[in-house]
Amino acid sequence: MSSMTLFAPRHQPARVLPGFHITLGFTLAYLSLIVLIPLSALVFKTLQLTWEQFWQAVTAPRVVASYKLTLGASLIAATVNAFFGMLLAWVLVRYQFFGKKVVDALVDLPFALPTAVAGISLTALLAGNGWIGQYLEPLGIQLAFNRNGVLIALIFIGLPFVVRTVQPILEDLEKELEEAATCLGATRWQTFSRVIFPALAPALLTGFAMAFARAIGEYGSVIFIAGNMPMVSEITPLIIISKLEQYDYAGATAVALVMLCAAFLMLLLINGLQAWQRSRSGASA
Amino acid sequence: MNTQHSVPTHTAQSTGEPAWLRRTLIGVALLFVGLFLVLPLAAVFTEALRKGAEAFFEAFKEPDAMSAIKLTLLIAAITVPLNLVFGVSAAWAIAKFEFRGKALLTTLVDLPFSVSPVVAGLIYVLVFGAQGWFGPWLQAHDIKIIFAVPGMVLATVFVTFPFIARELIPLMQAQGNEEEQAAMVLGANGWQMFWRVTLPNIKWGLLYGVILCNARAMGEFGAVSVVSGHIRGQTNTMPLHVEILYNEYQSVAAFAVASLLALLALVTLVIKSVVEWQQQRLMAELAALSPERPIKTPLHAH
Repeated sequence: MSSMTLFAPRHQPARVLPGFHITLGFTLAYLSLIVLIPLSALVFKTLQLTWEQFWQAVTAPRVVASYKLTLGASLIAATVNAFFGMLLAWVLVRYQFFGKKVVDALVDLPFALPTAVAGISLTALLAGNGWIGQYLEPLGIQLAFNRNGVLIALIFIGLPFVVRTVQPILEDLEKELEEAATCLGATRWQTFSRVIFPALAPALLTGFAMAFARAIGEYGSVIFIAGNMPMVSEITPLIIISKLEQYDYAGATAVALVMLCAAFLMLLLINGLQAWQRSRSGASA
Repeated sequence: MNTQHSVPTHTAQSTGEPAWLRRTLIGVALLFVGLFLVLPLAAVFTEALRKGAEAFFEAFKEPDAMSAIKLTLLIAAITVPLNLVFGVSAAWAIAKFEFRGKALLTTLVDLPFSVSPVVAGLIYVLVFGAQGWFGPWLQAHDIKIIFAVPGMVLATVFVTFPFIARELIPLMQAQGNEEEQAAMVLGANGWQMFWRVTLPNIKWGLLYGVILCNARAMGEFGAVSVVSGHIRGQTNTMPLHVEILYNEYQSVAAFAVASLLALLALVTLVIKSVVEWQQQRLMAELAALSPERPIKTPLHAH
Protein backbone atom coordinates (compact mmCIF):
# COMPACT_ATOMS: atom_id res chain seq x y z
CA MET A 1 0.00 0.00 0.00
CA SER A 2 1.48 3.32 -0.98
CA SER A 3 1.42 6.21 1.44
CA MET A 4 -0.65 8.17 -1.05
CA THR A 5 -3.70 5.96 -0.63
CA LEU A 6 -2.96 5.11 2.99
CA PHE A 7 -2.99 8.69 4.22
CA ALA A 8 -5.62 9.99 1.82
CA PRO A 9 -8.39 12.02 3.47
CA ARG A 10 -11.40 9.96 4.42
CA HIS A 11 -14.05 12.37 3.20
CA GLN A 12 -13.23 15.04 0.68
CA PRO A 13 -15.76 17.83 1.25
CA ALA A 14 -16.09 20.40 4.01
CA ARG A 15 -12.46 20.83 4.92
CA VAL A 16 -12.42 24.42 6.10
CA LEU A 17 -9.16 24.30 8.02
CA PRO A 18 -5.89 24.79 6.15
CA GLY A 19 -2.57 23.03 6.50
CA PHE A 20 -3.54 19.37 6.26
CA HIS A 21 -1.09 18.41 3.54
CA ILE A 22 1.85 20.41 4.82
CA THR A 23 1.56 19.26 8.44
CA LEU A 24 0.94 15.64 7.52
CA GLY A 25 3.78 15.74 4.99
CA PHE A 26 6.19 17.21 7.52
CA THR A 27 5.06 14.74 10.19
CA LEU A 28 5.61 11.76 7.90
CA ALA A 29 8.99 13.03 6.70
CA TYR A 30 10.25 13.74 10.23
CA LEU A 31 8.91 10.44 11.52
CA SER A 32 10.63 8.57 8.70
CA LEU A 33 13.97 10.36 9.11
CA ILE A 34 14.19 10.17 12.90
CA VAL A 35 12.38 6.93 13.73
CA LEU A 36 11.44 4.64 10.85
CA ILE A 37 14.55 4.66 8.67
CA PRO A 38 17.01 4.30 11.59
CA LEU A 39 14.87 1.51 13.08
CA SER A 40 14.76 -0.26 9.72
CA ALA A 41 18.59 -0.22 9.78
CA LEU A 42 18.31 -2.60 12.71
CA VAL A 43 16.24 -5.02 10.65
CA PHE A 44 18.43 -4.77 7.55
CA LYS A 45 21.64 -5.23 9.54
CA THR A 46 20.22 -8.34 11.17
CA LEU A 47 19.19 -9.71 7.77
CA GLN A 48 22.86 -9.76 6.81
CA LEU A 49 23.48 -12.44 9.44
CA THR A 50 22.86 -16.08 8.67
CA TRP A 51 20.14 -17.76 10.71
CA GLU A 52 22.75 -19.69 12.73
CA GLN A 53 24.68 -16.53 13.55
CA PHE A 54 21.50 -14.78 14.62
CA TRP A 55 20.27 -17.71 16.68
CA GLN A 56 23.64 -18.12 18.36
CA ALA A 57 23.79 -14.44 19.24
CA VAL A 58 20.31 -14.27 20.75
CA THR A 59 20.38 -17.62 22.57
CA ALA A 60 23.85 -17.56 24.10
CA PRO A 61 23.54 -18.61 27.76
CA ARG A 62 24.64 -15.20 29.04
CA VAL A 63 22.05 -13.48 26.84
CA VAL A 64 19.27 -15.87 27.85
CA ALA A 65 20.13 -15.28 31.51
CA SER A 66 19.75 -11.55 30.86
CA TYR A 67 16.30 -12.04 29.26
CA LYS A 68 15.15 -13.98 32.28
CA LEU A 69 16.42 -11.32 34.66
CA THR A 70 15.05 -8.41 32.61
CA LEU A 71 11.62 -9.99 32.10
CA GLY A 72 11.36 -11.39 35.63
CA ALA A 73 12.47 -8.23 37.42
CA SER A 74 10.28 -6.07 35.14
CA LEU A 75 7.28 -8.26 35.84
CA ILE A 76 7.76 -8.12 39.60
CA ALA A 77 8.47 -4.38 39.51
CA ALA A 78 5.35 -3.70 37.43
CA THR A 79 3.29 -5.80 39.86
CA VAL A 80 4.62 -3.87 42.85
CA ASN A 81 3.89 -0.66 40.96
CA ALA A 82 0.37 -1.82 40.15
CA PHE A 83 -0.34 -2.44 43.84
CA PHE A 84 1.21 0.72 45.25
CA GLY A 85 0.16 2.79 42.24
CA MET A 86 -3.44 1.80 42.84
CA LEU A 87 -3.07 2.62 46.53
CA LEU A 88 -1.48 6.01 45.80
CA ALA A 89 -4.13 6.91 43.22
CA TRP A 90 -6.84 5.93 45.69
CA VAL A 91 -5.37 7.95 48.53
CA LEU A 92 -4.74 10.98 46.30
CA VAL A 93 -8.28 11.00 44.87
CA ARG A 94 -10.38 9.96 47.85
CA TYR A 95 -8.70 11.33 50.98
CA GLN A 96 -7.55 14.66 52.28
CA PHE A 97 -4.27 14.85 54.14
CA PHE A 98 -1.44 17.25 54.84
CA GLY A 99 1.01 17.54 51.96
CA LYS A 100 -1.27 15.91 49.42
CA LYS A 101 -0.38 18.31 46.62
CA VAL A 102 3.33 17.79 47.22
CA VAL A 103 2.91 14.01 47.11
CA ASP A 104 0.85 14.33 43.94
CA ALA A 105 3.60 16.39 42.30
CA LEU A 106 6.38 14.08 43.59
CA VAL A 107 4.81 11.03 41.94
CA ASP A 108 6.22 12.24 38.62
CA LEU A 109 9.77 12.48 39.98
CA PRO A 110 10.91 9.29 38.20
CA PHE A 111 9.84 10.89 34.90
CA ALA A 112 11.76 14.08 35.61
CA LEU A 113 14.86 12.79 37.39
CA PRO A 114 17.61 11.65 35.00
CA THR A 115 18.04 7.90 35.25
CA ALA A 116 21.75 8.13 36.02
CA VAL A 117 21.00 10.33 39.01
CA ALA A 118 18.37 7.88 40.23
CA GLY A 119 20.87 5.06 39.80
CA ILE A 120 23.69 6.55 41.85
CA SER A 121 21.30 7.86 44.48
CA LEU A 122 19.59 4.51 45.05
CA THR A 123 23.02 2.88 45.17
CA ALA A 124 24.21 5.38 47.77
CA LEU A 125 21.15 4.58 49.89
CA LEU A 126 21.31 0.81 49.65
CA ALA A 127 25.04 0.04 49.50
CA GLY A 128 26.55 -1.55 52.62
CA ASN A 129 27.54 1.85 54.04
CA GLY A 130 24.44 3.72 52.86
CA TRP A 131 21.58 5.26 54.85
CA ILE A 132 19.40 2.18 54.55
CA GLY A 133 22.05 -0.39 53.65
CA GLN A 134 23.94 0.00 56.92
CA TYR A 135 20.93 -1.23 58.90
CA LEU A 136 20.11 -4.08 56.54
CA GLU A 137 23.58 -5.51 56.08
CA PRO A 138 23.94 -6.79 59.65
CA LEU A 139 20.64 -8.61 59.07
CA GLY A 140 22.09 -10.30 56.01
CA ILE A 141 19.90 -8.36 53.59
CA GLN A 142 21.70 -6.99 50.55
CA LEU A 143 19.69 -4.70 48.29
CA ALA A 144 22.50 -3.33 46.09
CA PHE A 145 24.89 -4.95 43.61
CA ASN A 146 22.65 -7.95 43.00
CA ARG A 147 19.23 -8.78 41.55
CA ASN A 148 17.45 -6.93 44.36
CA GLY A 149 19.12 -3.76 43.12
CA VAL A 150 17.75 -4.30 39.61
CA LEU A 151 14.28 -4.75 41.04
CA ILE A 152 14.42 -1.64 43.19
CA ALA A 153 15.64 0.55 40.34
CA LEU A 154 12.84 -0.77 38.12
CA ILE A 155 10.22 -0.13 40.79
CA PHE A 156 11.48 3.45 41.04
CA ILE A 157 11.34 4.24 37.32
CA GLY A 158 7.94 2.57 36.81
CA LEU A 159 6.25 4.19 39.80
CA PRO A 160 4.28 7.00 38.08
CA PHE A 161 2.61 4.93 35.33
CA VAL A 162 -0.15 3.16 37.27
CA VAL A 163 -0.87 6.23 39.43
CA ARG A 164 -1.27 8.42 36.37
CA THR A 165 -3.49 5.98 34.45
CA VAL A 166 -5.78 5.07 37.38
CA GLN A 167 -6.08 8.55 38.93
CA PRO A 168 -8.22 10.25 36.22
CA ILE A 169 -10.56 7.24 35.91
CA LEU A 170 -11.06 7.15 39.67
CA GLU A 171 -11.77 10.89 39.70
CA ASP A 172 -14.46 10.49 37.05
CA LEU A 173 -16.06 7.46 38.69
CA GLU A 174 -19.65 8.21 39.52
CA LYS A 175 -20.40 8.29 43.22
CA GLU A 176 -23.96 7.10 42.50
CA LEU A 177 -22.70 3.62 41.58
CA GLU A 178 -21.12 3.17 44.98
CA GLU A 179 -24.11 4.64 46.77
CA ALA A 180 -26.37 2.26 44.88
CA ALA A 181 -24.19 -0.69 45.86
CA THR A 182 -24.26 0.40 49.50
CA CYS A 183 -28.03 0.89 49.40
CA LEU A 184 -28.41 -2.60 47.97
CA GLY A 185 -26.60 -3.93 51.02
CA ALA A 186 -23.06 -4.41 49.79
CA THR A 187 -20.24 -4.12 52.30
CA ARG A 188 -17.50 -1.60 51.56
CA TRP A 189 -15.19 -4.39 50.43
CA GLN A 190 -17.86 -5.86 48.14
CA THR A 191 -18.45 -2.42 46.67
CA PHE A 192 -14.74 -2.03 46.03
CA SER A 193 -14.13 -5.48 44.55
CA ARG A 194 -17.33 -5.73 42.50
CA VAL A 195 -18.06 -2.12 41.51
CA ILE A 196 -14.97 0.10 41.77
CA PHE A 197 -12.21 -2.34 40.88
CA PRO A 198 -13.80 -3.62 37.63
CA ALA A 199 -14.21 0.00 36.50
CA LEU A 200 -10.54 0.68 37.18
CA ALA A 201 -9.20 -2.60 35.80
CA PRO A 202 -8.52 -1.44 32.20
CA ALA A 203 -6.61 1.61 33.44
CA LEU A 204 -4.74 -0.49 35.97
CA LEU A 205 -3.71 -2.99 33.29
CA THR A 206 -2.66 -0.18 30.95
CA GLY A 207 -0.47 1.34 33.65
CA PHE A 208 0.94 -2.07 34.48
CA ALA A 209 1.82 -2.70 30.83
CA MET A 210 3.43 0.75 30.51
CA ALA A 211 5.53 0.22 33.62
CA PHE A 212 6.52 -3.23 32.36
CA ALA A 213 7.47 -1.90 28.90
CA ARG A 214 9.52 0.89 30.43
CA ALA A 215 11.26 -1.53 32.78
CA ILE A 216 12.28 -3.91 29.98
CA GLY A 217 14.20 -1.18 28.19
CA GLU A 218 15.59 0.63 31.23
CA TYR A 219 19.33 1.07 31.38
CA GLY A 220 20.60 4.17 33.19
CA SER A 221 19.21 3.63 36.66
CA VAL A 222 19.88 -0.12 36.74
CA ILE A 223 23.54 -0.37 35.80
CA PHE A 224 24.80 1.53 38.84
CA ILE A 225 22.97 -0.58 41.39
CA ALA A 226 22.94 -3.98 39.68
CA GLY A 227 26.56 -4.98 40.15
CA ASN A 228 26.31 -6.28 36.55
CA MET A 229 27.56 -9.80 37.17
CA PRO A 230 27.29 -11.93 34.00
CA MET A 231 24.62 -14.65 34.30
CA VAL A 232 23.38 -13.13 37.58
CA SER A 233 22.57 -9.44 37.48
CA GLU A 234 23.26 -8.38 33.91
CA ILE A 235 20.25 -6.85 32.10
CA THR A 236 19.69 -7.20 28.35
CA PRO A 237 20.37 -3.53 27.44
CA LEU A 238 23.76 -3.90 29.14
CA ILE A 239 24.49 -6.96 26.97
CA ILE A 240 24.00 -4.74 23.92
CA ILE A 241 26.36 -2.13 25.34
CA SER A 242 29.08 -4.64 26.17
CA LYS A 243 28.82 -6.26 22.73
CA LEU A 244 29.20 -2.80 21.19
CA GLU A 245 32.26 -2.11 23.32
CA GLN A 246 33.79 -5.32 21.96
CA TYR A 247 32.93 -4.15 18.40
CA ASP A 248 30.54 -7.11 18.05
CA TYR A 249 28.06 -5.05 16.02
CA ALA A 250 26.31 -8.13 14.60
CA GLY A 251 25.68 -9.58 18.06
CA ALA A 252 24.53 -6.24 19.47
CA THR A 253 22.16 -5.75 16.54
CA ALA A 254 20.65 -9.23 16.88
CA VAL A 255 19.93 -8.79 20.60
CA ALA A 256 18.62 -5.27 19.93
CA LEU A 257 16.19 -6.68 17.36
CA VAL A 258 14.83 -9.07 19.98
CA MET A 259 14.32 -6.10 22.32
CA LEU A 260 12.68 -4.09 19.55
CA CYS A 261 10.23 -6.93 18.88
CA ALA A 262 9.40 -7.02 22.60
CA ALA A 263 8.82 -3.26 22.49
CA PHE A 264 6.50 -3.62 19.48
CA LEU A 265 4.50 -6.33 21.24
CA MET A 266 4.14 -4.17 24.34
CA LEU A 267 3.09 -1.17 22.25
CA LEU A 268 0.37 -3.22 20.54
CA LEU A 269 -0.78 -4.56 23.90
CA ILE A 270 -0.91 -1.07 25.43
CA ASN A 271 -2.81 0.27 22.41
CA GLY A 272 -5.32 -2.55 22.72
CA LEU A 273 -5.73 -1.91 26.43
CA GLN A 274 -6.25 1.80 25.86
CA ALA A 275 -8.89 1.09 23.21
CA TRP A 276 -10.62 -1.21 25.69
CA GLN A 277 -10.46 1.50 28.35
CA ARG A 278 -11.90 4.09 25.95
CA SER A 279 -14.76 1.82 24.98
CA ARG A 280 -15.47 1.24 28.68
CA SER A 281 -15.39 4.86 29.76
CA GLY A 282 -16.94 6.04 26.49
CA ALA A 283 -20.23 4.50 27.53
CA SER A 284 -20.42 6.54 30.73
CA ALA A 285 -18.94 9.79 29.38
CA MET B 1 -29.01 21.29 39.55
CA ASN B 2 -27.12 19.95 42.48
CA THR B 3 -23.40 19.89 41.66
CA GLN B 4 -22.27 18.47 45.00
CA HIS B 5 -22.42 14.91 43.72
CA SER B 6 -19.77 15.39 41.08
CA VAL B 7 -17.19 16.76 43.52
CA PRO B 8 -15.04 13.69 44.28
CA THR B 9 -13.42 15.03 47.45
CA HIS B 10 -16.75 15.21 49.28
CA THR B 11 -16.88 11.61 50.37
CA ALA B 12 -20.28 10.74 51.62
CA GLN B 13 -20.21 8.97 54.97
CA SER B 14 -22.21 6.02 53.70
CA THR B 15 -19.64 5.14 51.03
CA GLY B 16 -16.46 6.08 52.89
CA GLU B 17 -13.99 3.85 54.68
CA PRO B 18 -13.68 3.72 58.47
CA ALA B 19 -11.14 6.15 59.90
CA TRP B 20 -8.61 3.48 60.93
CA LEU B 21 -8.53 2.05 57.40
CA ARG B 22 -8.23 5.50 55.87
CA ARG B 23 -5.30 6.35 58.12
CA THR B 24 -3.60 3.03 57.41
CA LEU B 25 -3.93 3.46 53.64
CA ILE B 26 -2.61 7.03 53.80
CA GLY B 27 0.21 5.86 56.07
CA VAL B 28 1.30 3.01 53.78
CA ALA B 29 1.12 5.27 50.73
CA LEU B 30 3.19 7.97 52.42
CA LEU B 31 5.73 5.40 53.61
CA PHE B 32 6.12 4.12 50.05
CA VAL B 33 6.52 7.66 48.69
CA GLY B 34 9.00 8.45 51.45
CA LEU B 35 11.14 5.39 50.81
CA PHE B 36 11.06 5.40 47.02
CA LEU B 37 10.87 9.10 46.16
CA VAL B 38 11.83 11.39 49.04
CA LEU B 39 14.83 9.42 50.31
CA PRO B 40 16.57 9.09 46.91
CA LEU B 41 16.01 12.78 46.26
CA ALA B 42 17.33 13.75 49.69
CA ALA B 43 20.32 11.44 49.26
CA VAL B 44 21.45 13.30 46.13
CA PHE B 45 21.72 16.63 47.94
CA THR B 46 23.12 15.17 51.16
CA GLU B 47 25.83 13.24 49.35
CA ALA B 48 26.68 16.33 47.28
CA LEU B 49 27.16 18.46 50.41
CA ARG B 50 28.77 15.75 52.54
CA LYS B 51 32.18 17.44 52.51
CA GLY B 52 30.86 20.97 52.71
CA ALA B 53 29.99 23.72 50.30
CA GLU B 54 33.55 24.19 49.14
CA ALA B 55 33.93 20.63 47.88
CA PHE B 56 30.53 21.01 46.28
CA PHE B 57 31.50 24.07 44.26
CA GLU B 58 34.91 22.56 43.48
CA ALA B 59 33.07 20.08 41.22
CA PHE B 60 31.91 22.89 38.95
CA LYS B 61 35.29 24.59 38.65
CA GLU B 62 36.58 21.69 36.62
CA PRO B 63 36.60 22.63 32.90
CA ASP B 64 35.17 19.19 32.03
CA ALA B 65 32.13 19.87 34.20
CA MET B 66 31.57 23.24 32.56
CA SER B 67 31.83 21.76 29.06
CA ALA B 68 29.41 18.98 30.08
CA ILE B 69 26.89 21.59 31.26
CA LYS B 70 27.30 23.58 28.06
CA LEU B 71 26.87 20.52 25.87
CA THR B 72 23.76 19.46 27.79
CA LEU B 73 22.23 22.92 27.27
CA LEU B 74 23.21 22.91 23.60
CA ILE B 75 21.61 19.51 22.96
CA ALA B 76 18.40 20.57 24.70
CA ALA B 77 18.39 23.87 22.80
CA ILE B 78 18.46 22.00 19.48
CA THR B 79 16.23 19.07 20.44
CA VAL B 80 13.32 20.88 22.07
CA PRO B 81 12.55 23.31 19.19
CA LEU B 82 12.79 20.47 16.64
CA ASN B 83 10.33 18.31 18.54
CA LEU B 84 8.18 21.35 19.26
CA VAL B 85 7.67 22.03 15.56
CA PHE B 86 7.07 18.33 14.96
CA GLY B 87 4.68 18.04 17.90
CA VAL B 88 2.49 20.95 16.80
CA SER B 89 2.52 19.80 13.21
CA ALA B 90 1.68 16.16 14.03
CA ALA B 91 -1.04 17.20 16.48
CA TRP B 92 -2.59 19.54 13.90
CA ALA B 93 -2.76 16.81 11.26
CA ILE B 94 -3.94 14.08 13.64
CA ALA B 95 -6.36 16.04 15.84
CA LYS B 96 -8.00 18.30 13.28
CA PHE B 97 -8.44 16.00 10.27
CA GLU B 98 -9.77 12.55 9.48
CA PHE B 99 -7.68 10.35 7.22
CA ARG B 100 -6.95 6.71 6.64
CA GLY B 101 -4.04 5.34 8.63
CA LYS B 102 -4.48 7.83 11.46
CA ALA B 103 -4.46 5.17 14.17
CA LEU B 104 -1.27 3.71 12.70
CA LEU B 105 0.37 7.13 12.55
CA THR B 106 -0.57 7.84 16.19
CA THR B 107 0.94 4.51 17.23
CA LEU B 108 4.14 5.21 15.31
CA VAL B 109 4.49 8.61 17.00
CA ASP B 110 4.42 6.75 20.34
CA LEU B 111 6.92 4.13 19.24
CA PRO B 112 10.08 5.80 20.66
CA PHE B 113 8.53 5.60 24.16
CA SER B 114 8.72 1.83 24.15
CA VAL B 115 12.11 1.45 22.48
CA SER B 116 14.98 0.94 24.93
CA PRO B 117 17.30 3.98 25.04
CA VAL B 118 20.20 1.66 24.29
CA VAL B 119 18.51 0.46 21.10
CA ALA B 120 17.77 4.10 20.23
CA GLY B 121 21.48 4.86 20.37
CA LEU B 122 22.44 1.72 18.50
CA ILE B 123 20.26 2.41 15.46
CA TYR B 124 22.12 5.67 14.79
CA VAL B 125 25.42 3.82 15.07
CA LEU B 126 24.09 1.42 12.43
CA VAL B 127 23.16 4.30 10.12
CA PHE B 128 26.02 6.75 10.64
CA GLY B 129 28.77 4.70 12.37
CA ALA B 130 31.98 3.52 10.69
CA GLN B 131 30.33 0.17 9.80
CA GLY B 132 26.99 1.79 9.06
CA TRP B 133 25.07 2.69 5.91
CA PHE B 134 26.58 6.15 5.49
CA GLY B 135 29.80 5.42 7.41
CA PRO B 136 32.20 5.21 4.45
CA TRP B 137 30.68 8.26 2.74
CA LEU B 138 30.83 10.33 5.94
CA GLN B 139 34.42 9.27 6.53
CA ALA B 140 35.40 10.22 2.99
CA HIS B 141 33.91 13.68 3.52
CA ASP B 142 35.38 14.00 7.01
CA ILE B 143 31.99 14.40 8.72
CA LYS B 144 31.64 12.97 12.21
CA ILE B 145 28.17 12.12 13.47
CA ILE B 146 28.74 9.15 15.76
CA PHE B 147 30.99 9.83 18.78
CA ALA B 148 30.26 13.50 18.13
CA VAL B 149 27.61 16.06 18.94
CA PRO B 150 25.30 15.49 15.91
CA GLY B 151 24.82 11.84 16.85
CA MET B 152 24.03 12.81 20.43
CA VAL B 153 21.46 15.33 19.22
CA LEU B 154 19.85 12.71 16.96
CA ALA B 155 19.66 10.14 19.76
CA THR B 156 18.13 12.74 22.08
CA VAL B 157 15.61 13.80 19.43
CA PHE B 158 14.61 10.13 19.12
CA VAL B 159 14.00 9.51 22.82
CA THR B 160 12.10 12.79 23.31
CA PHE B 161 10.24 12.46 20.00
CA PRO B 162 6.66 11.81 21.29
CA PHE B 163 6.58 14.13 24.34
CA ILE B 164 5.03 17.29 22.86
CA ALA B 165 2.83 15.54 20.26
CA ARG B 166 1.49 13.23 23.00
CA GLU B 167 0.38 16.20 25.13
CA LEU B 168 -1.20 18.11 22.26
CA ILE B 169 -3.12 15.41 20.37
CA PRO B 170 -5.75 14.61 23.06
CA LEU B 171 -6.00 18.29 24.01
CA MET B 172 -6.66 19.46 20.45
CA GLN B 173 -9.03 16.56 19.82
CA ALA B 174 -11.06 17.54 22.87
CA GLN B 175 -11.21 21.17 21.78
CA GLY B 176 -12.61 20.32 18.36
CA ASN B 177 -12.51 22.43 15.21
CA GLU B 178 -15.31 24.95 15.77
CA GLU B 179 -13.24 27.88 16.94
CA GLU B 180 -10.75 27.54 14.10
CA GLN B 181 -13.54 27.13 11.58
CA ALA B 182 -15.19 30.28 12.91
CA ALA B 183 -11.91 32.16 12.51
CA MET B 184 -11.59 30.99 8.91
CA VAL B 185 -15.17 31.89 8.10
CA LEU B 186 -14.61 35.34 9.60
CA GLY B 187 -11.78 35.82 7.14
CA ALA B 188 -8.62 35.00 9.06
CA ASN B 189 -5.76 33.48 7.13
CA GLY B 190 -4.05 30.30 8.29
CA TRP B 191 -1.36 31.98 10.38
CA GLN B 192 -3.77 34.43 12.01
CA MET B 193 -6.03 31.52 12.94
CA PHE B 194 -3.09 29.58 14.39
CA TRP B 195 -1.57 32.44 16.40
CA ARG B 196 -4.82 33.96 17.69
CA VAL B 197 -7.09 30.95 18.13
CA THR B 198 -5.20 27.66 18.26
CA LEU B 199 -2.09 28.72 20.14
CA PRO B 200 -3.91 30.47 23.03
CA ASN B 201 -6.04 27.34 23.42
CA ILE B 202 -3.13 24.91 23.58
CA LYS B 203 -0.51 27.04 25.34
CA TRP B 204 -0.64 25.20 28.68
CA GLY B 205 -0.49 21.77 27.12
CA LEU B 206 2.32 22.97 24.91
CA LEU B 207 4.30 24.29 27.88
CA TYR B 208 3.70 21.01 29.70
CA GLY B 209 5.06 19.02 26.77
CA VAL B 210 8.03 21.34 26.36
CA ILE B 211 9.18 21.06 29.97
CA LEU B 212 8.85 17.26 29.97
CA CYS B 213 10.73 17.10 26.66
CA ASN B 214 13.41 19.41 28.04
CA ALA B 215 13.83 17.41 31.25
CA ARG B 216 14.29 14.19 29.33
CA ALA B 217 16.60 15.83 26.78
CA MET B 218 18.90 17.12 29.51
CA GLY B 219 18.77 13.93 31.52
CA GLU B 220 19.00 11.27 28.83
CA PHE B 221 21.69 8.73 29.60
CA GLY B 222 21.42 5.39 27.77
CA ALA B 223 20.89 6.57 24.19
CA VAL B 224 23.44 9.36 24.44
CA SER B 225 25.92 7.03 26.11
CA VAL B 226 25.93 4.70 23.09
CA VAL B 227 26.67 7.42 20.54
CA SER B 228 28.88 9.72 22.62
CA GLY B 229 32.21 7.90 22.71
CA HIS B 230 32.77 9.52 26.14
CA ILE B 231 35.40 12.01 25.06
CA ARG B 232 35.99 14.19 28.11
CA GLY B 233 35.45 17.87 27.53
CA GLN B 234 33.98 17.19 24.10
CA THR B 235 31.15 14.66 24.01
CA ASN B 236 30.22 14.42 27.68
CA THR B 237 26.82 15.58 28.81
CA MET B 238 26.01 16.09 32.48
CA PRO B 239 24.56 12.59 33.04
CA LEU B 240 27.61 11.04 31.34
CA HIS B 241 29.90 13.23 33.43
CA VAL B 242 28.12 11.99 36.55
CA GLU B 243 28.81 8.41 35.49
CA ILE B 244 32.51 9.05 34.88
CA LEU B 245 33.00 10.82 38.21
CA TYR B 246 31.09 8.11 40.03
CA ASN B 247 33.13 5.32 38.46
CA GLU B 248 36.30 7.19 39.43
CA TYR B 249 35.09 7.20 43.04
CA GLN B 250 34.77 11.01 43.05
CA SER B 251 31.52 10.62 44.90
CA VAL B 252 31.07 14.22 46.07
CA ALA B 253 31.76 15.65 42.62
CA ALA B 254 29.44 13.09 41.00
CA PHE B 255 26.61 13.96 43.37
CA ALA B 256 27.29 17.68 43.00
CA VAL B 257 26.69 17.49 39.26
CA ALA B 258 23.80 15.09 39.91
CA SER B 259 22.26 17.61 42.33
CA LEU B 260 22.08 20.16 39.49
CA LEU B 261 20.13 17.60 37.46
CA ALA B 262 17.93 16.83 40.47
CA LEU B 263 17.27 20.56 40.83
CA LEU B 264 16.24 20.63 37.18
CA ALA B 265 13.85 17.75 37.90
CA LEU B 266 12.35 19.64 40.85
CA VAL B 267 11.88 22.80 38.79
CA THR B 268 10.23 20.65 36.11
CA LEU B 269 7.82 19.20 38.68
CA VAL B 270 6.96 22.65 40.03
CA ILE B 271 6.24 24.09 36.56
CA LYS B 272 4.28 20.96 35.70
CA SER B 273 2.11 21.28 38.83
CA VAL B 274 1.48 24.98 38.20
CA VAL B 275 0.44 24.21 34.62
CA GLU B 276 -1.88 21.47 35.84
CA TRP B 277 -3.54 23.71 38.44
CA GLN B 278 -3.90 26.39 35.79
CA GLN B 279 -5.65 23.93 33.49
CA GLN B 280 -7.92 22.69 36.27
CA ARG B 281 -8.88 26.27 37.12
CA LEU B 282 -9.73 26.95 33.48
CA MET B 283 -11.82 23.80 33.26
CA ALA B 284 -13.65 24.69 36.48
CA GLU B 285 -14.39 28.18 35.20
CA LEU B 286 -15.64 26.77 31.91
CA ALA B 287 -17.86 24.31 33.74
CA ALA B 288 -19.28 27.13 35.85
CA LEU B 289 -20.44 29.07 32.81
CA SER B 290 -24.13 29.06 32.12
CA PRO B 291 -25.07 27.07 29.02
CA GLU B 292 -26.31 30.14 27.17
CA ARG B 293 -22.82 31.60 27.12
CA PRO B 294 -20.55 28.76 26.14
CA ILE B 295 -17.93 31.06 24.62
CA LYS B 296 -14.81 31.54 26.67
CA THR B 297 -14.84 35.37 26.78
CA PRO B 298 -16.35 35.79 30.27
CA LEU B 299 -13.46 33.82 31.80
CA HIS B 300 -11.96 36.86 33.46
CA ALA B 301 -15.24 37.90 35.01
CA HIS B 302 -14.59 35.69 38.05
